Amino acid sequence: MKGLAKGLAVTLKTLTKRSVTQSYPEVLPELPPRSRGVIALFEENCTVCMLCARECPDWCIYIDSHKEVVPAREPGARDRTRNVLDRFAIDYALCMYCGICVEVCPFDALFWSPEFEYATDDILELTHEKDKLREWMWTVPPPPALDEHAEDPKELIQARKAVEKAEKAAAAARAAAAKAEENP
Amino acid sequence: MTARTVGVGIGADQLDTTDMVLNIGPQHPSTHGVLRLRLVLDGERIVSAEPIVGYMHRGAEKLFEVRDYRQIVMLANRHDWLSAFANELGVVLAVERMLGMEVPQRAVWARTLLAELNRVLNHLMFLGSYPLELGAITPIFHAFREREEIQAVMEEISGGRMHFMFNRVGGLKEDLPAGWIGRVRHAVATVRTRLSGLDDLVSGNEIFRARTRGVGVLTPALVAAYGVSGPIARASGVDFDLRRDEPYLAYGELADVLRVVTREEGDCLARFECLLEQVHVSLDLADACCDRLDELPQGPVNLRLPKVLKAPEGHTYAWTENPLGLNGYYLVSRGEKTPWRLKLRSASYNNVQVLTELLPGCLIADMVAILGSLFFVVGDIDK
Amino acid sequence: MTDSGMQLAAVGFGTDVWWLILLKAVLIFAFCVVMTLFAIWWERKVVAWMQMRIGPKYTGPQGLLQSLADGVKLALKEDITVKGADKAVYIIAPIVAMVPAFMAFAVIPFGPEVSIFGHRTHLQLTDLPVAVLYILAVASVGIYGIVLAGWSSGSTYPLLGGLRSSAQMISYEIAMGLSFAAVFLYSGSMSTSEIVAAQQDTWYAVLLPVSFIIYVVAMIGETNRAPFDLPEAEGELVGGFHTEYSSLKFALFFLAEYVNMVVVSSLATTLFLGGYLAPWPITAVWEGANSGWWPFLWYFLKVQAFIFVFIWLRGTLPRFRYDQFMKIGWKVLIPLSLVWLMLVATVRALKNEGYEQSRIVLWVAGGVVALLLLSILWDAVTPNRDEEADAKAAGPEPFDPMAGGFPVPPMPGQQLPPVPRRNVRKPEPVGAPAAAELPADRTEGEA
Repeated sequence: MKGLAKGLAVTLKTLTKRSVTQSYPEVLPELPPRSRGVIALFEENCTVCMLCARECPDWCIYIDSHKEVVPAREPGARDRTRNVLDRFAIDYALCMYCGICVEVCPFDALFWSPEFEYATDDILELTHEKDKLREWMWTVPPPPALDEHAEDPKELIQARKAVEKAEKAAAAARAAAAKAEENP
Repeated sequence: MTARTVGVGIGADQLDTTDMVLNIGPQHPSTHGVLRLRLVLDGERIVSAEPIVGYMHRGAEKLFEVRDYRQIVMLANRHDWLSAFANELGVVLAVERMLGMEVPQRAVWARTLLAELNRVLNHLMFLGSYPLELGAITPIFHAFREREEIQAVMEEISGGRMHFMFNRVGGLKEDLPAGWIGRVRHAVATVRTRLSGLDDLVSGNEIFRARTRGVGVLTPALVAAYGVSGPIARASGVDFDLRRDEPYLAYGELADVLRVVTREEGDCLARFECLLEQVHVSLDLADACCDRLDELPQGPVNLRLPKVLKAPEGHTYAWTENPLGLNGYYLVSRGEKTPWRLKLRSASYNNVQVLTELLPGCLIADMVAILGSLFFVVGDIDK
Repeated sequence: MTDSGMQLAAVGFGTDVWWLILLKAVLIFAFCVVMTLFAIWWERKVVAWMQMRIGPKYTGPQGLLQSLADGVKLALKEDITVKGADKAVYIIAPIVAMVPAFMAFAVIPFGPEVSIFGHRTHLQLTDLPVAVLYILAVASVGIYGIVLAGWSSGSTYPLLGGLRSSAQMISYEIAMGLSFAAVFLYSGSMSTSEIVAAQQDTWYAVLLPVSFIIYVVAMIGETNRAPFDLPEAEGELVGGFHTEYSSLKFALFFLAEYVNMVVVSSLATTLFLGGYLAPWPITAVWEGANSGWWPFLWYFLKVQAFIFVFIWLRGTLPRFRYDQFMKIGWKVLIPLSLVWLMLVATVRALKNEGYEQSRIVLWVAGGVVALLLLSILWDAVTPNRDEEADAKAAGPEPFDPMAGGFPVPPMPGQQLPPVPRRNVRKPEPVGAPAAAELPADRTEGEA
């Protein structure tokens, strides 16, 4: 009996408390920046290297491209060819939201966005083309700051190394100069 | 199947009773998924039971053979969708062992922390769904409110809510966000204080106890015969926990916090209590990991990998204590960028096999109690 | 029953003009339907609050029209008749379940005499000298609907649900009837309006607490509500007797369940909580509380309180197991009501003889029996220790499969616990005694 009464007391107590429901369509959820909602394409950065399409575990990325000849700017120089992106589509019906494509992209053309409101009635409409993917680029948040114990970013480490190197070089140069002064 | 015959009197042949075959599932509310049980009933009493598995077989092991190691992580976290992080962990541990890779300290501790949080998430799910199967509709909402606290921090670090995809060979995908550890501590503390509500609502309830005590008793012998593992085995007094007996990650250093929860009774109630207490232990472990992560010096959480990652020729078996039991990966590599074979030993597959032994002699209502207390995920059974 | 009771019951009933009777009948029907819609909404709201949710909120103000919308949706759904069903019975069953639920309302008193369009009339369709028996009879017919639905569906889950419900209703109706008997002894009448009138001074819930408790338990059992919702146990029998029903037929079962809830709550109000009479603190400060249309409010509030209890229990408690439920019915409620009834009868007899202390005796005895009830309930809910000990008697296991913390095969002479497998083609002894043991066990089990 005691256990039953306790249980009844718990439910009666919760009855008086505020609900924890998030009224979704009226109140949008606040999602952390890393949320894997949708993959956005920064088209300008894409070089059609096809790495993302190849690494995708279920091949849900479709890329079409053609080569374009860029005429030489100066006479005598060679003409260059350039890859032009014709189609970049992600089939979100297939996508498993693993983020491998975002990770392998060497030119920072793909990003995660927490945007999630793109459900449709028709599975075919889940294949989104590059215009739509480019639009989602506007919803990409900046990455969060990292923990204080995290390793410094690569740029910082490199810069620091460069400074050290430069300092070393300068010191060496100074030493050499001093030496040169001493015994000309 | 036996038929009892009333052998005397007029119309004796019409009074024969035959056993009834009842198919529980593949579409049934208490099989949470597509497990099918073929029961032979005598009235409401179960004469024999046979779990029929494979409705959700997705050929995970075969798919592993044509995926590189990063893609395998993605596939592996999906078979038991409630313990995604622990599933990923086994794969990367196996590959790291083959490569002889030393994972950075911070990554090891962060992995331990995430694995324990994942365990809490998993257990809370079952702590909520089990009373639901017994007819109490409220506890699951309490459990999910607690889950949401942990989900929030998991989502913040990994970006995912179920399939975290946060392990990489050599460490983790990204470093922890600033202030995240503080938020984990807060979430852990909140969950800990609220667990008593769940306790009051369920485990003290006389009806719940009457439904579960002495029902579906699993003997240590059966545990051993069927390879049952995890909290279910420990509820039968089989004191075996890989975190203590074969420490991986940082569990070796957490030996004083890690308490292996065991019960002797082996009934449904013992299994439920084991799960509830394991949540407390996991929360303590998570706190300890947070403390440790704060003390560790600055450092990376992953290693630079070669463009094409190939495990050297050979084989290894990596097993981990998943929330639901032992989860093992037997990795055989021939030096390719894909494994030659990756055998998956999933916990639920072994755990549900014991149903053939537990169910006969029970009532249908007991069937629900036993089925729920075996804490299985159908994807983990069917792979 | 006394003669005066018979006469009194007849007074004022059956003398109304025809259009007034028709009006009252229609109003009662409307009241039932509206109460059902309201109860469904209220249940969803309360359960939602208990679960930290909001509940229905989009349809109408505060989601009040949600159940109406659901009803319309149900009516528009495809009506499926299962192939294996016994067509005629399958169609009749939901009607059989629903009609008696409404019929029971004919004798429920909603209020005392009021004036409608200048006619003085009771707020009650009719009354019979045996009104409570009429309700019991009508309620039993309703059970046929559920049993027939389970049987005629031609499917396993409904069959089990129907079986459970027939056993459940039979066992709980006895306890229910016995708890009424104590009320009859006190009121000296079976007419509902008489019983309410007899509670002018003290409610029978106070005078007959044990009967009240027994009735409350039995009424939850009668209406198939949690924690006694075995015939439709979702986790076990999917939907129980209504698994194979859809569309309007399903809606009728739904309607019947909620109307039944209102009926048993009304009956509890009438028999134990003084019906439409105002609760005592109100009558003390306000003279007019029991006049005019006000009593209808008290009646309504009391019924709502019961319905809240129904919802509260549903939101909190897990379901009993079938045998435990039967145990409570037959081994606790029925013997207890018998003992209590005898006690009440004795006290009544003593009082008729003119003993003044009989009231005190009743109080003391009531306390004792209430304690007994609690202790027996406690025993019923906590499992039997002996059974537990019997269930578990496994011999010592000489084979340790995890010897040295690593899985090892059995040594010669050690025996593995039998592992049944599907399709054992030909049990072939392989030579080792341990292996030969296995198929032998197997064939034994199969025989």
